This record gives sequence, C-alpha cells and structure tokens, in this order.
Amino acid sequence: MSTEHGLIEDPRQMALIAVIQEGLPLVPRPWAVIGARLGMSEDEVMRRVRSLQRDGTIKRLGVVVRHRRLGYRANAMVVWDLPDERVAEVGHRFGRFDFVTLCYRRPRRLPVWPYNLFNMIHGRDRVEVHAWVGEMIVACGLETVPHAVLFSRRSFKQCGARYRFVDLPVDSAERGRAVS
Amino acid sequence: MTATAQDTLDAIDRRLLDDFQQDLPVVERPWGVMAEQLGIDEEEVLARLRRLQAAGLISRVGPVFRPNRIGVSTLVAMAVPKQRLDSIAAWISSLPEVNHNYEREHNFNLWFVVTADDQAHLCSVLARIQRHTGLEVLELPMLEDYFIDLGFRLQWT
Repeated sequence: MSTEHGLIEDPRQMALIAVIQEGLPLVPRPWAVIGARLGMSEDEVMRRVRSLQRDGTIKRLGVVVRHRRLGYRANAMVVWDLPDERVAEVGHRFGRFDFVTLCYRRPRRLPVWPYNLFNMIHGRDRVEVHAWVGEMIVACGLETVPHAVLFSRRSFKQCGARYRFVDLPVDSAERGRAVS
Repeated sequence: MTATAQDTLDAIDRRLLDDFQQDLPVVERPWGVMAEQLGIDEEEVLARLRRLQAAGLISRVGPVFRPNRIGVSTLVAMAVPKQRLDSIAAWISSLPEVNHNYEREHNFNLWFVVTADDQAHLCSVLARIQRHTGLEVLELPMLEDYFIDLGFRLQWT
C-alpha cells in the first residue's frame, strides 16, 4: 500500500485517492458509485478507504466546513520564533488547544523569516483571536518568544489540495473532474 | 455571506455540521447511519447535505489527508508590491497546483500552498512563479505536524 512514512505507490490506491479527494457523491451508496468509476467493487473501495484510515493517510473522514461562511471571519496564521529545542514540546501543546486548527514546524529562512512554528486560528473576530494568542503565551510560558499574528485580508482561492497523478490508469477524461 | 448564515440553520443542520466531521462510517449506506442518529430518514440527510453544500457552508463530505503522504506540497510566502498584488494573486490562483491563496497583513503579504506529484514538479512550479513575477518565493515546507485533526468545533451563538 505505502511505505512507512513515504509516498503511496499502489496505482489503484492512488486512483481511489484522486476520486475521493473531491468528496463523496451525495447518493445513497457513494462507495458503489466511486467503485463504478474506478472499476472496483463497492467492497474493495470500502476496504481500501479503511486501510487509508488505519495507516494514517486519511486524517479524518466526514463533513468539511467552510469557516468563513459560518461566521468565523478572523482567520490568523500565528508564527513563533522558538528555540529549536522547545519546538516539539510547544507544538504538541498548541495542537491540543481546541481553537487551534493547524500546527506545523517549518524551516526558518534567515534573515527575512525567523519563525519556525506555525499555527492557524479561526475566530469570530480579531479580539477573540488575540485573546486566544494571549492564552497560548501564558499557558506555555512564551512571554519572551517573538511571534507575529498574520490576519488574512482576502482569500483568492480556497480549495483542498488536488493531486493529479499523471500516470494513473484512469481514463483521462475522468481526471480532475469532481464527483457529483 | 454574512455572519448571520448560522441563523438560517436549524438544530438538525447544526448537528450535521458539528457531529459528523470525523468517523463517517465506512459502510454501504453511510447517510443511513447518520439519519438514524439524527432521527430523520436517509433522503433528508442527503437533501440537507446538498443544501448546505450549495449554500457554501460545507466544501465537501470526504477525507482530509495527512500532508505529504500523497504527492508533495509546500507553503509559499511572497512580499508583493501593493500595486502588483491583485494581478499576481490572480495569476497564481490560476495555477492548478495552487490552493489556499491568501492575502495576509504582513510584509510577506501573499501566502499559498503548492501541491505537486513529486519534488521535481514542485520545484518547476516555484521556479515558474519566480520567473513570471521576478520576486523571491519563500519556500516553507512542513517539517513536523503537531496537530491531531478532529474537525472544527463550531460555537453556536
């Protein structure tokens, strides 16, 4: 199926991912419809999806909401310049705040970019976001750690990652088309 | 859309948005299982999901993948002069490899994610952006993921 931490190589698994990334068709038996597109049985599709859940490729399966449309209009990326030896500890603590929606370590790009820990916060307004950042600082003892709050001003494009898989044994007309 | 989008949602809609962000059952009729939990029938679950999707409140019902398990991706930041921002942002959004393209309040004011099949393809897209704009692109790939995605907990007001 896939190597321990590496990329998935099984072409049937990749073909399945290319289709399900667009979301499930809203029909009574979605796995059967997906299977019909891929030349797989409903059973094979479900088995493969469960295996992708088990090996962690699929983080979650369910309703994906659009924060902004639901009134969460203050979207901020908060970046922190943490000593390297503290990044993992603080990152794991950040990941447990229920208002944090992403938390990654990324490389610094000195001299222009000193920050190495990134997290996202979706709040209803800026005051709420700033209050949460304050909570993170106090809870993790970050009073002396430089940070910046980058609010989003405009969203030019918002869609889930689309993987193209140019070498798939899927009919070319099917590629990149939404399941609907 | 206004902040009052929530006001048009009834209690069943709210549960649909809140309670099914993870662990959608992988069974032949998943909507039927949801219907049972909500005390409505399968057809109504489907109708409501279609309506919420048409209203733009949900983007899809499906999987969220762990980054860098399938294909490769990176966050990119650029410091774009104000007068060029609209045209550069539009051109970058037009690239199929780009998703989540945002203007943010910072000297680095344009932030987007580039996703590709492999590292070589990713590098060629970044090189193309640099060539087209004449601006430096800051490549900020994920090195470690500390977040366990349990969906987004909505706070109803």
